Amino acid sequence: MSYPRQPSRYLDDDLAAFRNMVASFVDLEIRPHADEWEAAGEFPRDLYTKAAAAGLLGLRYDPKWGGGGGSFLATCVMCEELIKGDTVGTAVGLLAQSEFALSVLADEGSDRLKEEYLAPAIRGELIGAIGVSEPGAGSDVAAITTRAVRDGDDYVISGQKTFITNGTRADFIALAVRTGDAGPRGISVVIFPTDTPGFAVGRKLEKLGSRASDTAELFFDECRIPTGNLVGEEGMGMRYVLSHFGGERLVISAFAVGIMERLIDLGLEYASARQVFGKPLTDFQTWRHRFTEMATRLEATRTLTYQAADLLDARHGSGDVAVSMAKLYAAGAVQFVASEILQLHGGFGQMEESAIPRYYRDVAGFSVGAGTTEIQREIIAAALI
Amino acid sequence: MNIAVCVKQIPDPATPYELDDENHWIIRPEDQVLDDTDRSGVEVALQLAEATEGTVTLYSMSPSGTLQGIRQALAMGADAAVLIDDPALKGADALTTARVLAAAMQQEGFDLVIAGTESTDGYSGIMPQMMSEILDVPCLSFARKVDAGDGSVTIERQTSDGFDVVEAPIPALITVTAGIEPRYPTFKGIMQAKSKPVTTLTSADLGITNTVHQVIRSVEPVAARTAGEIIEDDGEAYLRIIEVLEQAKVV
Ligand SMILES: Cc1cc2nc3c(=O)[nH]c(=O)nc-3n(C[C@H](O)[C@H](O)[C@H](O)COP(=O)(O)OP(=O)(O)OC[C@H]3O[C@@H](n4cnc5c(N)ncnc54)[C@H](O)[C@@H]3O)c2cc1C
Ligand SMILES: Cc1cc2nc3c(=O)[nH]c(=O)nc-3n(C[C@H](O)[C@H](O)[C@H](O)COP(=O)(O)OP(=O)(O)OC[C@H]3O[C@@H](n4cnc5c(N)ncnc54)[C@H](O)[C@@H]3O)c2cc1C
Repeated sequence: MSYPRQPSRYLDDDLAAFRNMVASFVDLEIRPHADEWEAAGEFPRDLYTKAAAAGLLGLRYDPKWGGGGGSFLATCVMCEELIKGDTVGTAVGLLAQSEFALSVLADEGSDRLKEEYLAPAIRGELIGAIGVSEPGAGSDVAAITTRAVRDGDDYVISGQKTFITNGTRADFIALAVRTGDAGPRGISVVIFPTDTPGFAVGRKLEKLGSRASDTAELFFDECRIPTGNLVGEEGMGMRYVLSHFGGERLVISAFAVGIMERLIDLGLEYASARQVFGKPLTDFQTWRHRFTEMATRLEATRTLTYQAADLLDARHGSGDVAVSMAKLYAAGAVQFVASEILQLHGGFGQMEESAIPRYYRDVAGFSVGAGTTEIQREIIAAALI
Repeated sequence: MNIAVCVKQIPDPATPYELDDENHWIIRPEDQVLDDTDRSGVEVALQLAEATEGTVTLYSMSPSGTLQGIRQALAMGADAAVLIDDPALKGADALTTARVLAAAMQQEGFDLVIAGTESTDGYSGIMPQMMSEILDVPCLSFARKVDAGDGSVTIERQTSDGFDVVEAPIPALITVTAGIEPRYPTFKGIMQAKSKPVTTLTSADLGITNTVHQVIRSVEPVAARTAGEIIEDDGEAYLRIIEVLEQAKVV
């Protein structure tokens, strides 16, 4: 028994064919290794090259740089399938590169930066990370203190970042730095090569979930990079960061859709096989109704997510609010479903040999990463009130 | 190099096949898929085309349906497709298929023909060899690796204890094994596939009138398996197991 995905007017045959491709990529290249990578706290670097060969890293970008010329909608379909490999961290690691790190570069970077960083990242030869959060600045992006001071043709960068996905092994970081005064107008984005002297990776952080993705603290001690590594204009960094959160939030929403599909699938399979008091769990009205609720929240998340993707694709002004609504709802829905499916599995659900407890831990971060649930509410409220 | 690749559209192997009561032919749904074994053939063709700045044309004989299977092969990167779809060919056997596909290739021109070793649904494993005879070109079968030379092709032919290196002048026909790992169709490939040329021909377009084919008189289900022997372990069950295995001549 598996979940019958509800049709959507946003999807067409091409996206269905693309979904099948990504699903077979996951069947072959990801799920068989999930346990190993989760235990190791890392997935192998060559998964980037494999994903690149399947066109997954540059899906949304200009074919001129090796991209696939795809859309935010296609990105949703890809994320829904990539996350079903029972290793959320792996999908997070891939998307932290392809969407989080590359989108600002693709939209605002110079041709030289695209040639040097975007194209090889799309080919899977370089790993990218996005470096915004600091020990003293998370939700409040404008509070960052990592400084970049101009010195001739260089920026000299000093400061600290934390919670950076792909941090231990990124080849470059799309880095938010303070080039000007305090406040939002003093922020810029630069492309920071991690072989720059003075750069150091601190601890690899142990996390509740997403364990196959590496997360690190980063230290910058008078690191010199060329001013040509500035993305777009100086002082525009805050705007670039905020306007590209949309893609990140969409990715998390689509991950939530994929996880709910996977969990409901696993749940239906278990519930139809597991006999209690002489009949399968699927015969009990309690569980029938709880599946109904799960499926409805899944479809509501899907609809909000596709609608947001469609607005982002159309560069419609309301895209950012739509994507905040999608992300706000998605985080709650996927945490609800993960908890219901955990309960459904009884004692077995507590055992690490099933994927259930892993997903339960992984989705806890969905209301934090890419902007917390409280921040999504702030954004929506600002548009409403 | 102008490379012709045989690809078969088949009913999705994940769903059980049904035979029609009258002719015992497989009922072909609208949305047939690309036979997985043909992905290797497409991969080899694409690699050769990349190495020789050549082109890859797909050839397929089947009801068109939604063309899903053909599109899957075009999405991998093939340039064009020629599809022979004709109700008169319903129930065609391997020889008729070979005649039809060969005629289409002769009409369009080719340097090299690539086919699978055996299809997933028909699995007679003889169609390509018949084609090579009709096309009058050498047949290099069971290739696990293919290299294009100057006016020739060299393959590694898979054998039970290793491989043979076989060379032939082109034009030639090659059948490939499933050992060659196919690429994934990318999103860009999927989008481009829609605008690639697909030519649809009938047997009359190819001047083939005589499409007689084999007749399937009846289909008998495989006898149901009988229940196995249950050996209770009283500490000595292994003796009985060894005995059974010896009788089966597996030890
Ligand atoms: C697994 C993981 C990976 C990450 N990867 C990256 C990465 O690659 N790059 C990167 O830059 N960052 C990354 N982050 C950091 C992430 O973006 C931040 O954790 C997040 O933005 C929250 O910031 P914070 O942790 O400083 O929490 P805080 O901002 O300190 O928030 C603490 C609490 O206060 C609430 N709060 C904050 N502001 C308000 C308000 N105005 N009104 C009401 N409540 C409020 C928050 O919602 C939260 O509940 C990652 C985080 C995690 C967990
Ligand atoms: C209207 C119609 C109905 C058909 N119904 C059936 C049916 O019910 N069952 C059935 O098995 N076949 C059917 N065919 C296809 C055709 O009859 C078979 O392909 C043919 O008999 C070859 O048999 P095989 O698959 O055993 O070939 P094999 O020798 O096992 O195939 C070896 C390789 O040859 C190539 N090849 C084989 N057949 C084709 C093809 N048709 N097009 C392109 N390349 C090919 C593939 O690369 C394959 O891997 C139908 C065709 C038409 C037009």
